[in-house]
Amino acid sequence: MSASHIPQPDTPALRLEGIVKTFPGVRALDDVGFDVRAGEVHALLGENGAGKSTLMKVLAGMYEPDEGSIYIEGEAVTMRSPLEAKARGVVLIHQELSLAEEMSVAENIYLGELPRKSLGRVDWKTLHSNAQAILDRLKCGFDSKRQVGTLSIANQQMVEIARALTVEAKVVVFDEPTASLTDAEKVVLFDIINDLKARGAGIVYISHRMDEIFTLADRISVLRDGGYRGTLIKSETNEDEVIQLMIGRALDLTRRRAAAKTGKVALQVEGLSCGKLFEDVSFELREGEVLGFYGLVGAGRTEIAETLFGLRKPSAGRILIDGTEVEISSPADAIKKGISLVPESRKEQGLVLGMNCRDNITLPQVGDLTKGPFVSDGAEIAIFDRYYEALKIKTPSWRQAVGNLSGGNQQKIVIGKWLAMNPRILIVDEPTRGIDVGSKSEIHDLIRTLAGEGYAVIVISSEMPEVMHVSDRIVAMFHGRIMRSFTTEEVTEDNLVAAISGIETDKVA
Amino acid sequence: MSHSVLKSPLGWLAGNPIWGFIALIFIFFSFANPYFFALQNFQNILVQTSTIGVIALGMTLVMINGNIDLSVGAVVALAASLCVDIQGWSLFADWGNWAILPGVVAALLAGTALGALNGLIVWKTGVDAFIVTLGAMLGVRGLVFVYTKEQSFFAMNFSFSDFGSSSIGPIPTLAALFLICTAIVHFVLSRTVHGRNTYAVGGNRSAAVNAGIRVGPHMMINFMIVGFLAALAGVTLSSQMGAATPNLGTNYELWVITSVVLGGTKLKGGAGTITGTLGGVLAIGILRNGMNLMQVPAFYVLVILGSILIAVLLLDKQLNRKGKEELRL
Ligand SMILES: Nc1ncnc2c1ncn2[C@@H]1O[C@H](COP(=O)(O)OP(=O)(O)OP(=O)(O)O)[C@@H](O)[C@H]1O
Ligand SMILES: [Mg+2]
Repeated sequence: MSASHIPQPDTPALRLEGIVKTFPGVRALDDVGFDVRAGEVHALLGENGAGKSTLMKVLAGMYEPDEGSIYIEGEAVTMRSPLEAKARGVVLIHQELSLAEEMSVAENIYLGELPRKSLGRVDWKTLHSNAQAILDRLKCGFDSKRQVGTLSIANQQMVEIARALTVEAKVVVFDEPTASLTDAEKVVLFDIINDLKARGAGIVYISHRMDEIFTLADRISVLRDGGYRGTLIKSETNEDEVIQLMIGRALDLTRRRAAAKTGKVALQVEGLSCGKLFEDVSFELREGEVLGFYGLVGAGRTEIAETLFGLRKPSAGRILIDGTEVEISSPADAIKKGISLVPESRKEQGLVLGMNCRDNITLPQVGDLTKGPFVSDGAEIAIFDRYYEALKIKTPSWRQAVGNLSGGNQQKIVIGKWLAMNPRILIVDEPTRGIDVGSKSEIHDLIRTLAGEGYAVIVISSEMPEVMHVSDRIVAMFHGRIMRSFTTEEVTEDNLVAAISGIETDKVA
Repeated sequence: MSHSVLKSPLGWLAGNPIWGFIALIFIFFSFANPYFFALQNFQNILVQTSTIGVIALGMTLVMINGNIDLSVGAVVALAASLCVDIQGWSLFADWGNWAILPGVVAALLAGTALGALNGLIVWKTGVDAFIVTLGAMLGVRGLVFVYTKEQSFFAMNFSFSDFGSSSIGPIPTLAALFLICTAIVHFVLSRTVHGRNTYAVGGNRSAAVNAGIRVGPHMMINFMIVGFLAALAGVTLSSQMGAATPNLGTNYELWVITSVVLGGTKLKGGAGTITGTLGGVLAIGILRNGMNLMQVPAFYVLVILGSILIAVLLLDKQLNRKGKEELRL
């Protein structure tokens, strides 16, 4: 191996110095600086709204910093656009998908840099063969000619990643890439990251999942409230120390909750099917109980939730609430019957991004908050304040447009919205996707508290520790069918994995 | 936490640059033409803008919803023809002034019903409102020609045309009607549940569905409102003229949409205000009136209006760019 390809150890691949970025009312980044070495995975941690995504957007040329400098391999650079950043070998894989859904996979991968022939014509042959090569490297099972909108969210995420691999990147930033990936896809992703690392790229890896960070990272930098709190070396630290640095206090994640006192059956589902999406699903849910739905992405859990919420029409089976058979024809109908759904994708299904925080939280119930013909400002602000405090939502004011909040705080707004409805039956689909460890345990506690107050709760999650921690019973799904149901005493990591892979079954009630 | 991020007057102006623009042209015409700054001219401007203005109120709701209604001009003609024709029917010969009522009611009902039909088709078929109302625009205009046999109708009852030129104190009745409608729609949009839902549906349709909003019926109501207001404009216009012609209201959809966009409503929905729309309507009214007084030839007026539309929207974009964080295109 020739030494000339490896940069000198004292010139890092990326160096950030004194970066400051403010938005109206928010100091999102305050004098942040650290360096990322070539061939290392550098994890970036911080609570929701700490400024991680903002820092990476500054790095990728999407935002202009108010102050500070960026050095790539020792050379000071100013990035004026993502394409310019990419030309300098800096690529960012976004937290939120940003793909042209009507276009093909290949066009998305090479968006803005389509290969050309004479007269400005697109060179389709080169385009597709190059794109296919990247897809193969990522072990993606779909064709480069596929329309992106027809892919699952996880596969769209892979397209987003593929986009970063069209150049020989010096710095690759992954902003919460695993939020919508299955375990198998995650393994592929980690292979890719290790491959990039071996080729000498510096990797910045943002995630709220401690297990991932401790598997992948070499060093860990922490942001809190827009400020830089330090860098730890993975081999010399532990989760507790990282969390302490990140949220300023220790967090007891091992606490086991008390067994729930359950009441009468609130919801009963018998032989429910919806075409091929899920078939012959039966379960019952009691008041005061948390029922976890665990399975791989695509196992049909979300579709069951949507059916219970009136978004899909079942093709067979019965739904009973309090022992009486009901037909749920629309979300409005479901809400009337006391069912609420926190959907899995906040941006597409949960939020009106241009609307302010308060109006988003009160959206489903604004009809009940009237004084005469008008909406009552006071009642709305009271509701906002309640969930602003309960969920520790980070925003300068209720007037802030939700689109300006950090990803995790957006999620809290969605949850607050549905809690504010006081539902009897609450369905939460991936409640902590993209949420930091501190808030995550708060949301888990909240779910437990709600159950303690007599709510019947369904939690859908692809995170094993989460379902195991929060549920009283767990239903394991595989390919649209319930494979097995567990009580907390029965469940182990092994039999749960076996059940969701279709290996282990029993007939459930 | 403090909720008191109150907007300063200057901040408000930056959000509604159209009102700054109005102040500018107002001062300009006041100095440039001796006839501009006069009570009677102001009354004129208000009456002239009231027709487009009334329709623009409804169009604002529909456009915030992320829809559009191109059929308003044709509805104006239909409503005017119905109103003038029916009040002349021999059936109502001995009703005296009351004979006007069935004409007005029929016109308003027809407008509302056509709005409902537009909304229903958009709701049930999921076809884009642009296409649906483009069809309605052609179809309704055709209907008017069939109904009127290409003839104009004249109002035989002078009370009807007197209404169009009457005044309440210093304020012309039609201007007062427009301002009252403006106030009502403003409150509906900014303070009621229906108004809130209007923003939600335009901002993110699936989030609105998930929040239990009946999006289809909601959009239909807004189409009915714009249909009703277009018909009202047809009635007031025919009362102003004492007649109805089948070509009435031609190109009105363009003027209405121009005013609404000038007032800051986004074509893709989710944002917009009635104060903005009022500003947009007045700006166009003042410009047309002022240039008319200065005897600018009609075609130049169009060229100038078109350029101003683009200039004001550029200014709006400049002022409301949230600092440097907006995406650079
Ligand atoms: N365009 C914007 N306008 C105003 N404020 C913004 C904007 N973008 C981000 N912010 C604010 O800056 C702060 C940092 O946000 P950022 O998205 O960087 O957080 P994050 O660390 O990535 O959080 P998460 O883990 O939730 O993704 C937040 O308080 C957020 O509300
Ligand atoms: Mg983020």
